[in-house]
Parts: sequence; C-alpha cells; structure tokens
Amino acid sequence: MDARTTSALLYLDAVSVSFDGFKALNDLSLTVEAGEMRAIIGPNGAGKTTMMDVITGKTRPDKGDVYFDGSHDLTSLDETQIAELGIGRKFQKPTVFEMHTVEDNLRLALKDDRTARATLAWRETAAEQARIGEILGVIRLGPVRRRVAGSLSHGQKQWLEIGMLLAQDPKLLLVDEPVAGLTDVETHQTAELLREIARVKTVVVVEHDMTFVRELGVKVTCLHEGSVLAEGTIDQVSANERVVEVYLGR
Amino acid sequence: MTSSPLIRALDRSAVTFILVLVAIGVIVPLLNLALPPSSPWHVPTYLVALWGKYVCYALLALSIDLIWGYCGILSLGHGAFFALGGYAMGMYLMRQIGTRGVYADPIRPDFMVFLNWPELPVYWYGFQHFAYAALMVLLVPGLLAFVFGWFAFRSRVTGVYLSIITQALTYALMLGFFRNNFGFGGNNGLTDFKDILGFNVQAQPTRAALFAISVAALILGFLICRTIVASKLGMVLISIRDAESRTRFLGYRVENYKLFVFTLSACMAGVAGALYVPQVGIINPSEFAPGNSIEAVIWVAVGGRGTLIGAVLGAAVVNYGKTTFTSGLLAPYWLFVLGSLFVLVTLLLPRGIVGTVRHYRGAWRERRNAAHGRGAQAAPKPAE
Amino acid sequence: MLSCERIIALVFALGLLIAGALSASAQNFDAALAGFTKDSYNDTDSAIGAVAASGNPLALDVIQALQDGRLLFSGDKVFIKDKAGATLDAATGKPAAAPADAANVRLNNRLRRSVEAALGGLTLMSNDPARRYEAAQAVFKSRDANALATLDAALARETDTRVKRALSEARAAVILYQPGAAENDKIAAIGSIKERADQDARGLLAGLPGGQSATVQKAAADAIASIDNRLALWNMVQNAWYGLSLGSVLLLAAIGLAITFGVMGVINMAHGEMVMLGAYVTFVVQEIIRARNPALFDYSLFIAVPLAFLFAGSVGILIERSVIRFLYGRPLETLLATWGISLILQQAVRTIFGPTNKEVGNPSWMSGAFELGGITVTYNRMWIIVFTLAVFAALLGLLRYTRLGLEMRAVTQNRQMAASMGIRTARIDALTFGLGSGIAGIAGVALSQIDNVSPNLGQGYIIDSFLVVVFGGVGNLWGTLVAALTLGVANKFLEPFAGAVLGKIAILVFIILFIQKRPRGLFALKGRAVEA
Repeated sequence: MDARTTSALLYLDAVSVSFDGFKALNDLSLTVEAGEMRAIIGPNGAGKTTMMDVITGKTRPDKGDVYFDGSHDLTSLDETQIAELGIGRKFQKPTVFEMHTVEDNLRLALKDDRTARATLAWRETAAEQARIGEILGVIRLGPVRRRVAGSLSHGQKQWLEIGMLLAQDPKLLLVDEPVAGLTDVETHQTAELLREIARVKTVVVVEHDMTFVRELGVKVTCLHEGSVLAEGTIDQVSANERVVEVYLGR
Repeated sequence: MTSSPLIRALDRSAVTFILVLVAIGVIVPLLNLALPPSSPWHVPTYLVALWGKYVCYALLALSIDLIWGYCGILSLGHGAFFALGGYAMGMYLMRQIGTRGVYADPIRPDFMVFLNWPELPVYWYGFQHFAYAALMVLLVPGLLAFVFGWFAFRSRVTGVYLSIITQALTYALMLGFFRNNFGFGGNNGLTDFKDILGFNVQAQPTRAALFAISVAALILGFLICRTIVASKLGMVLISIRDAESRTRFLGYRVENYKLFVFTLSACMAGVAGALYVPQVGIINPSEFAPGNSIEAVIWVAVGGRGTLIGAVLGAAVVNYGKTTFTSGLLAPYWLFVLGSLFVLVTLLLPRGIVGTVRHYRGAWRERRNAAHGRGAQAAPKPAE
Repeated sequence: MLSCERIIALVFALGLLIAGALSASAQNFDAALAGFTKDSYNDTDSAIGAVAASGNPLALDVIQALQDGRLLFSGDKVFIKDKAGATLDAATGKPAAAPADAANVRLNNRLRRSVEAALGGLTLMSNDPARRYEAAQAVFKSRDANALATLDAALARETDTRVKRALSEARAAVILYQPGAAENDKIAAIGSIKERADQDARGLLAGLPGGQSATVQKAAADAIASIDNRLALWNMVQNAWYGLSLGSVLLLAAIGLAITFGVMGVINMAHGEMVMLGAYVTFVVQEIIRARNPALFDYSLFIAVPLAFLFAGSVGILIERSVIRFLYGRPLETLLATWGISLILQQAVRTIFGPTNKEVGNPSWMSGAFELGGITVTYNRMWIIVFTLAVFAALLGLLRYTRLGLEMRAVTQNRQMAASMGIRTARIDALTFGLGSGIAGIAGVALSQIDNVSPNLGQGYIIDSFLVVVFGGVGNLWGTLVAALTLGVANKFLEPFAGAVLGKIAILVFIILFIQKRPRGLFALKGRAVEA
C-alpha cells in the first residue's frame, strides 16, 4: 500500500468483528477527514469501544479495511506501531499511571525516542520542560503537578489523560467517554478543551452524554448493532426516526 | 532532573546504603584476617562464608526486585538463572581440580571417569579458563532469559501465566540436571573444589576475599539497578507494571523493555550464583527446585518490593532467621515460620519493611508540611 | 548335536511308552532312577528323561527334588530329602534313613534345562488347568523335544480351550525346533505360533536355527512381519491406555484447580496440599478400620471419599475466609500467600504423621489385573479412570443444573450484578473455593491408591495441574479434560523415544511454547470478558 487510496485521515470500510458468534461490528464503514472533529454516539453494545479497539490495534477485525492517512493499513500493525503513527487514545475508564506524578505522566507521553536505550540515557531538555508546563496550563493541573496521579479526583484524571494525549502530539485523537462521571461544570470545561484541541487536530469523541455532544457542535455518527445508523448534525440525527427508535426502544 | 542518570541514581539513601555496604565489605574481612581468633572482635571464617552466602542471596533478591518490584514480572524461576551461573562457576572449579581428584584424571572430572565417559563433552571445553567461565556465568543465564523472554513477552504472556511457566522452566531444568547423562554430575552435582585462580577455596584469605568480592558485586548490582530505576527507563518500567496496555498505547514497545530488564536480571542472578558456589563449596540440581525460587521472592516481599534496599535487607533478614531457626531445637518449626511469613507479609505488610517505613515517613512529612502551610509539594514517590 | 540321535531315539521310546496307555512299570522307574547313581551328567540327563516318562506318581517329586538340590544318592539307592529335612526312598516314597556318605546328584546348566523341561512335561498332566497352562508355557519357552510325546497325550485329553491353545502352541514350538520335522508340519507350526503373536512368539521365530528350507524361512519371515504389526498395534493400544491412565490422574489433580483457578481466578499454590490431605484422610480411615473392623476394609474408599471431600473442603473454606478473600484482584500476592499455606500444611502433616511414606492399602477390588487382548489392565488404574470421569460428570452437572452452580457462574461472570440480584457473593466465593478444594481432596483418595502417601505428595502434582488448566484454557472444564488426556497420552507416547524424564521435559517445553502461541489455552474465551 504505497499509494493513497483515500483522502480521509481515517477510513474504515466494511469492518466486521465477532466474539463467539456475537457480531460486535457488522459491516461498519466510516471516514473521518483530516482536521475534523467527529462525535460517535450509540446505545450500549453498539460497538463504539470495539471500533476504537480495531483502530488502535487491540482487536483484529475478521474482515474489512482500516486505513490511516490513506496509506497505512492499521489491521496489520500492533498497538505500539499504531501509536507511533500518530493515533492517541483516551480510555473509557481513565487510565493514568497512578504511581507517577502528574508531571511524570506527561513526561512519559511526550513525543520522544521510545527505545529502551534512549530512555536509559534520557535527560530532560528545556523545551520538554516548557512543553509540559504548557500542557499543564491547558489541562489546568499546574498546581498539582507534583502530586501522585493516583491521588487525583476522577475529573482530574480524565483531564490528565487528555493532557497525555496532547503531549503525544498525535494526528488523530480517539477520546472514549471523556465526561463520564464528571460534574456539569467539568463537562462544560471538557467540551471547551476538546474544541480547542480540535482546532489543530483530528478528534473522534465517543460519548453518551447528549448535552455534551450538542455542546461540541460537530458532525455526529450514530452506531447501532455494529454499523452506522445515521450521520449528520446533532439535530438531524436526533430527529432521525430510527435513532429515536433505538434509543427509546419503540 | 537534568543531571546524568548515574548522578540522579545517587540520592541520599542510596549513597548511605552504598557506604554501609562498603564498610561491611571492608570491615568483615579485616576483622577475620587481622585479628587473632582469641580477640572478641574476631569474625570466624565460617561466619564470613555464611555472610558471604547472604550477600549472594541479596544480589539474587535485587535481581528479582528489579523485574518484580519495578516491572511487575513475577518470576518463579529465578533460581534457575542463579543455579546456571553457579554451574558455570562450578565447571571452572571442577576443571581446576585436575589430577587431585579421586581418579586423578587430568582432564575429566571424577564423575565422568566414574560414568566411563571416554572424553570431555564439548560443552565442558574452555571451562578451564577463568575468563571463559566468567563469560559463561553472564552469557548462559542471559541467553536463556533472552530466548525465553523473547517468546514470552512477544506473545504477551503476563501475570500468573508467566509465573507458572517460569516455574515450569526451572522444574524442567531441575529434572534435566538430575540426570547423569546431562553431563553435570547428576544427583551429586559438582563439589570437592580445590582452588580458584590458584588460591585454595577453603583457605581463610580466599574466603575473606570472596566475601569482599561478593559485596563489591552487590554494590555494582545495586548501582546498576538504581541507575535504571532512577532513569526515564525506570519510569517506563513502573508504567508497564501499573498499566501495561496504556504504556503500549503511548507508543512504548513494552516487550523490549521487559526483555531488557529480564535479561539483565537473569545475568545478575547468574553472577550471584557464581559467587555463591565457591563459598558454599557445592552446586547440585536441588538449586533448581521451584521452592527455592519462590523463597527468594519472599525475601523481596519481606524487605519491600519496589525498594532496592528492601530486597537486600529482606534477603539478609529472612536468611538470618532461617540459619537461626534451622540450626537449633526449633528446626522443625522453620517451615511454619516461613509459611506464615508468606501469608502475613502479603496480608499485613504488602509494602514490606522498607516500603512501610518510607510510606509512614512520607505521610508524616506531608502532615508536617501541611501544618507549616507549605502544601503537599514534595511528597516522595512510593517507589523510589 | 552329539546327542541328537539319542534324543530322537528317546523320544520315540517315550512316545511308545505313553501311547501304551501310560502303562509305566515299577521296573522302568527303578531303572531310570539308577541313572542318578552314576554321578555322570550324561547319565543323569537320560535318567531325567526316563523318570519323567515313567508315569510313576513319584516322578514329579524326584525331579522337583533334583531341581532343588534335594536328591541324594548312595551306592545304587536314591533318596529324596523333603523340605523338613527327612529322607525318603525315591523308589518307594517310604521314609528311609540315608547313609552318611549320601551325596547330592549334581546338576549343570544343561541339566537344569532338562529338569525344567521334564517338570513342564510332568505338570502337563496335572489336574489343575492353571498349572497345565503354565506347564504348556514353560514347554513353549524351553522347546524341549522330550516333551513332545507328553504334549500329544495332553492335547488328546485336554478340554479347556485356553490350555488347549497353549498346548498346541507349545507343540508347534517344539516341532519347529526339531531338525527332522517335516516341512508341512513346520509351516503348520509357524501358522500356529503366528496366531499367538506376542514377544515370545516373535523371539521363537526369529531365533529359528539355520538350514531351514526356503518355504519355511519365508513363512517364518512373513509370520514375524505379521507379529510385528500386531505387536506394534498392541503397543500403541498399551501406550494409549497408559496415557489415558496418566491423563486421568492429571485430570483428577487438575479438576479442582479448574474450579479455583479456572472459574474463580484464584491461584491456589496449596492445591497440591489439598490432594495430600485427601490421601491422609484415606490413610486415617484405613487405620481406624484396621483397628476396629477389618471386615470393612474393602469399603474403606467409599467411606474415605465423602470424608476427604468434607475435610479438604472445610480446610479450603477456612483458607478462603482467612486469607484469600483479602487478596482478590491481587493474583501474584495470592500466589505467594497460598504457597506459604502449602508450606504450613506440609509441615503440619509432617509433624503429626512423620515425614515417611504411609502405607495405604488397595481394597481387593482395586488390586490385580486382567488381560485384554495384548495388554494388561490393572484394576486400580481402570477404576481411577472410571472414578475421574464420574467426578468430572458430577462437577459438570453441579455447575449446570444446581442453584449453587448457577450462582457460582453468575458471581464469576459479573460479581456486582450478582450481588445486586441478592446473591451473597462472599458465601459463594467460600463455597466455590471449598468445592475446588473438596474435589482435590477426593483426588487425594484416588491418588493414595497409586502413589506414595507422604507430606510431599501434593508437590508432585501442582505444576502439572497448573499446566493442564492453562493448556486447556482457563474457565473451561472441557478444555481441562481434553488437555489432561492429551498431555497424558503425549507423555506416554514420548517416553519410549525420549525416556521418562526427557519426555516430561519435552512436554514442559511444548506447553511453554504453546502458551506463547495461545496464551489463553486451547479453548479460550474470546471477547470483552477476557480483558478484565
């Protein structure tokens, strides 16, 4: 695959995944253009997390194509290689390194030589320090920079994880349920943060919270039973009869 | 945080610890050699040998702590690397016996003559040279660990699965080494050593020197571990321990990191075994017994995993306890004590001795700082 | 070959004698006995043949005494010294004092063979079919030409089919090794020996003396090839049987672990000690039965099984409540703590019962063996296979059809959901662990029948059990079954090539490599459930 086959940054075509007969993804096709922010919604079991797993190399699809940047076949790469290509992921459950300080969490995420030899001889540069300070400002964790990440509140952990995504400087950010368990104020702030990030990056957000999705104000894809049910603005999607049916069970 | 990794490694407790080790390494041999046996300060040679054994165990504990405490790899087969290093040294010592053996064969060790082996097997070649044997001490455990780890880590065998197959590994090796036709002396192993580098292994000065060398090896091992742990590499290792898949999604090649520390750790265990053999005077297949490897893990747990000093301390404390118990009337109860140690430490003292002390000291500092209104800025990381 | 003609003559004479309706006379017997007084090996040899052929009721005693070195001679009299030391006159069987100069009739190796052959011939006429069968087998091995006449006579009146077959095989063996026998007879003999198709038959054909006609040689070669095929087949069957037997032992040891490790995810390193406790329960039960009511001994295992289940199960529950429940979610710590428990249990048993092996007896229905085609099946191995499968089926049934099983599966799949449905998860945890331990205890009862009962009993099984569960796929009982039987059979098929220890190492290496390839085992669960 040397020639670009698509202009889209992320391109999924007819992807299917099944676990012991259960079809988690069923002929899912989806494209995300560079610079776009996309919200993915869908009821439980719609295949949102499995889709993330397929993109990041955690799960191999049974069939279908997944291309990144038009030329990289993600189905043949593993998690590390995909991360190196520039795809960052925030997990559904916030996972930060609990025993490291907030600073160190970011330090580990910073774009850098990731071989064991390089990390052994590593010394921090002034540029790196400045970058960490910058990110701490964006995610508003400056005052707790020396605290152990395990001692942060749930919301702070969510933000730290987003900060780690930023530090990775990826081309594509996959953000899984960034506002689960957050207060309204925090949710609002998170939306602001993501919009800010989306100015320079391509972002895919998976979320249940409709208020939050509305606040993002971006194109929405609704998944159901492993395939795309509807796509469009939030108003279009929420007016779609089948979406209503799926959500309300009518 | 901008200094070289080695300088960063030498924080205050590390420097203190190294100084203590240096003192032990110098003073104990001195008290043994310079003072007459009548002096109350004289350290008898049998104690030097015994303590030398503890020092080797401490190095083994250190190697286990590096992978378990910092990278979350619980190896229940580290005794295998220890024993392999020991066997490499034992083979050198066997070749040194020469014509002084019972059968006075200049080339073949006694057990080969006894088993009517016409000539030395190829894998015994070269062991008459110390340098070659020393190389093998590092290479054999290192290579085994590398090959094993290469398979295991690439296919993401983790947690208890890894523990179980490491245990199976050492078990398989034990079965093999028990066999006569493996060519390592079978049941009896290698023993009756005469001299090392021309010095009599039984002689008092040799024993004292071996002790000092073991302490030096321990210091070197500690420095290596400390440097790794204090570097960004150490940070990555802890990340792997706490959230392996997260580390992978950050773009770190987890298997390479694991393979690196696992191989390094195996080499350290090999050196520990090599220093152990001339001091105890024997190496036999029971060193491969799975129980030995698990016992070494409990030293680390007692001292505090994820604290290098704790590993060394734990090895010394538990083995001192073992010696005290098993040499007296209490011998039948030692296994009760050891068993309870396993249970109680995991239940009540999961941080180990050093970890618990650090935890409370850290908490105390935080409270004091809070009382002075300075904020909880400098809370030390729980893991060094 | 010096005495060939003599033997033929003798055989001819013997044949006549026996054909004459066993009308052996006392003169014949006395004359034959006289041969023993010559103190010459050749004369002794002919005397053996003559005595054996005499049909005298004392003949067996005489030859037996000769074999045991109890036959004396002095002048022209021959005496038998019986086992008590008294002497009898060999000619009459009446007590008679032997003179002081009486000397033993000497034997050499050649004569010993003659003696054995003669004994074989004499017992061919015994009233006991089992002895006749043994005698026929002895003749088959000795191929003593002297016995041919006796064989024919025995064959003529034999009614037992098994003995009859053995007799005709023996006859075929004799004929085949008889230099003068007709080619047709030899071919027929080869056919008969081919039917026997065991190692002895093969050896007999392979050792055929040179100078045979081409047809005979070809027939023998064909027969050997056919026997080899049959032997190889039976060898396979035998190996498969041994493998099945080993596999059932592995399964028995692993099945409890499949519950505690496979279903609950608890690494119980003290599992082997639960097995050991079950074996000691058997020991104690048998001791009490021996002391109180030996008649019940055959039922000791039926008493021991429920007791072992209850005892090991209670110990398991105690361990779960006091240690393991504090360590859920920390598998590596659980591993260390339970290893500690295993040390304590071993030492406790060592303190109470001593470090040496304890004698656990086999009830009568567990001892002995029977032949099945070309293989020998021991009853204890067979019953253990049956027992293992019964335990396995019972466990499957329990998990699938009972309320407890349902709750167990619910808790292991989704603890919180189960708790919110009103299931007392703590109780289920304890019971599940108790069940796993109890099954280990039952395994101990069975293993006490084939293994040494010592405090270290469990240590031998723990690594194997873990490998079986991991190989089969965690959380899958059928996987455990398949894995145990596969490993058992593979081990036994490797043994002939690699030896027992290397075979075991090969299996270990194989599993180590296999786990690398499929970390979740043969029958892995897939999907989101495994991520936890």
